[in-house]
Amino acid sequence: MELTTVWFVLIAFLWTGYLVLEGFDFGVGMLMRLLARDETERRVLLNTIGPVWDGNEVWLIVAGGATFAAFPEWYATLFSAYYVPLFVILVALIVRAVGFEYRHKRSEIEWKRRWDHAIVFGSVVPAVLWGVALAGIVHGTPLDADHDFVGSLADLVTPYALLGGLTTVTVFITHGAFFVALKTVGDIRHRARALGLRWGAAAAVVTLSFVTWTAGRDGDLAVWVAGGVAVAAFLAGLAAAGAGREGWAFAGTALAIAAVVTMLFLALFPDVMPSTLATGTLTTTNAASTPYTLEIMTWVAVAFTPLVIGYQAWSYWVFRRRIGVHHIPS
Amino acid sequence: MEALDIARWQFGITTVYHFFFVPVTIGLIFLVAILQTCWHRTGDERYLRLTRFFGKLFLINFAMGIVTGIVQEFQFGMNWSDYSRFVGDVFGAPLAIEGLLAFFMESTFLGLWIFGWDRLKPSLHLATIWIAAFGTVLSAYFILAANSFMQNPVGFAFNAESGRAELTDFMAVMTNPVVLATFPHTIFACFMVGGAFVAGVSLWRLMRHPSEDGGVDDGAFRTSFRLGAVVLLVAGLGTMISGDFQGKVMTEVQPMKMAAAEGLYEDEAPAAFSALTIGTLDGTEPVLEIKVPHLLSYLGTGTWDGEIRGINSLQAEYEERYGPGDYAPNIPVTYWTFRAMITAGGLSMALAAWMLWTTRQGRTPSTRTFAGRWMLRWAVVLPFLPLVANSFGWIFTEMGRQPWLVFGLLPTSAGVSPSVSAGTVLMSLIGFTALYGVLAVIEVKLMLRTIRGGLPAADPPLPEHDRDPDAPLAFAY
Repeated sequence: MELTTVWFVLIAFLWTGYLVLEGFDFGVGMLMRLLARDETERRVLLNTIGPVWDGNEVWLIVAGGATFAAFPEWYATLFSAYYVPLFVILVALIVRAVGFEYRHKRSEIEWKRRWDHAIVFGSVVPAVLWGVALAGIVHGTPLDADHDFVGSLADLVTPYALLGGLTTVTVFITHGAFFVALKTVGDIRHRARALGLRWGAAAAVVTLSFVTWTAGRDGDLAVWVAGGVAVAAFLAGLAAAGAGREGWAFAGTALAIAAVVTMLFLALFPDVMPSTLATGTLTTTNAASTPYTLEIMTWVAVAFTPLVIGYQAWSYWVFRRRIGVHHIPS
Repeated sequence: MEALDIARWQFGITTVYHFFFVPVTIGLIFLVAILQTCWHRTGDERYLRLTRFFGKLFLINFAMGIVTGIVQEFQFGMNWSDYSRFVGDVFGAPLAIEGLLAFFMESTFLGLWIFGWDRLKPSLHLATIWIAAFGTVLSAYFILAANSFMQNPVGFAFNAESGRAELTDFMAVMTNPVVLATFPHTIFACFMVGGAFVAGVSLWRLMRHPSEDGGVDDGAFRTSFRLGAVVLLVAGLGTMISGDFQGKVMTEVQPMKMAAAEGLYEDEAPAAFSALTIGTLDGTEPVLEIKVPHLLSYLGTGTWDGEIRGINSLQAEYEERYGPGDYAPNIPVTYWTFRAMITAGGLSMALAAWMLWTTRQGRTPSTRTFAGRWMLRWAVVLPFLPLVANSFGWIFTEMGRQPWLVFGLLPTSAGVSPSVSAGTVLMSLIGFTALYGVLAVIEVKLMLRTIRGGLPAADPPLPEHDRDPDAPLAFAY
């Protein structure tokens, strides 16, 4: 495999890791409003992701950094074209993270309620916009011969992109609910599973239409296969949840997210940013760094990615225990 | 204003703001790790309470560092897409490696440290904060290597066909003489901030809220005050030595920056250091000028008679090399930030020495005396001095690099995103500035509240076999 392809795959892998992991973070953030009934339950939710959300978010930073290093043209065009959505995502991620860290610092109801708004806003907005952005990239963006964006905001928010956003937000709610069902005990666990099933039914319909639209316009068999895996895994996850198998339910939604990301990257390849105009399409070749840079980056990635995955997995293992309302200190 | 100016303001504001939290993080995490190590070694609860107290303050600060850091990575592409295209082949690698090697390490192990008090055995729990601390320094190295490429591009070749700088020697980028000088200078400066923070907070607690429980808390804060003050002094010395080394590298690779730092227009050998200039800095005769003969020669070259080049001759040389244009940075900004950095840093060291002396052998000056009142005031100012010195240093470094984005290769005006309108950049500038302003108020208030709250209970984690699986968590959001 050529190094440019290796890096395309690696970036797809980083986005997969990011959306699978922060996907349930976003879901849990949205459940602060949808599921939790009182302050103690909200704290149970927050503490299921407390030790890990920051490590999950680093996947995004590394995905961005890897794109910068391996495909500078892609990074430059993507980030300047998606300026406004990225600005909104940044604001959302900022208030959400500060909400996680500052909410528990004071006990006044008003203080906590404000941060709850921040956490819900900060979770729902990126959950929608990452789907809009990823689908939008696959759909294509008006780029001139210098690969510069020449469209307006309306070119980024196509019906197809909006369906992508609807897919990520509903899937993340389901994914987050199954995560909560897997990580908690007591009443909240059962309600989370039931809520996951309700939202999951809607998410399954949305995902099926998104997959069909994506694979239909692309036509490639591999895209169909990945899309099929996504739908099948998601349905299997719902079935597992219905049978009370929370671990399998979470694995199902996780695999579904991974398969959707895989589908989108397969639909992109070998382009990285297709242009809707006659000019400007960026591919893994014309957007790439030099072979020398890619080679160094490959060695670094080969040496350190397993280590990162290892200690991150260990941190999940350390915090494997389920928590319930009785674990929340007053 | 054009998109270029607004994008520059945005980068300046978001970066200076981000770098308020970075030195506190790097400095404080090591001090917290040291305090926890002392507890681990001695079993003295005083150290555990200090670990928890400064740990809380550290985390309030760290949250802000993370969220403002993501903006940093994104805005290269958002506002500076042509820059990203030009340098991505060289500059992207250290950035990506920083994320993979350092950010994962920091965030994962800090998560383990925060929530792991009752989940990990004490030695392993102690290891998590040291690993996270190591991560912060590792991260600093990679990002400084990337920045040093902008000051002094090495290890690359310009490819005329692709119109970009391409990496030819990764090790040269990682061992750029500028990063070798900047890294110790920056890390020592961060330790100054951490030391000043711990010393200032501790002294304020000690003098303003003497404990009523027979002096147990006072004893703890006296210990942390001395630790912080000594760290500040030692790190201050390190900052001076590495800064001296850095000055010589700068004179060699960015002589214009050195000339601008001095407002030096004509070549001088031996060159005098301008300590203070009243009047204009435009090369005309100033109203009042205090100069230290030979000092600039020493700072720049290491010999007392070395030649320091002036702005005019460098301007002529650069015009010949790069074509017509103005190759001098903003002289008042570089001249004054350079002096403000040295003054603020030096003053913090002098204060720490004075405070250490005044509190020797268990003395606590009363706030009823004149000197005591002033010491209390200076204790409040102390943490901010090395912090603003860090800011001034960076404003000097980055403004002194102008008009270049990558020195000698890419002018700043050529790096801005061509596809982003001035209105869009203005929107994000206003948005980030307003958000950062609100968060700053919240952050400082929380800090003050935590400081006023004083030392928390020691609450040592129970040994593993005594733990009830249904007991409340040791730490919870």
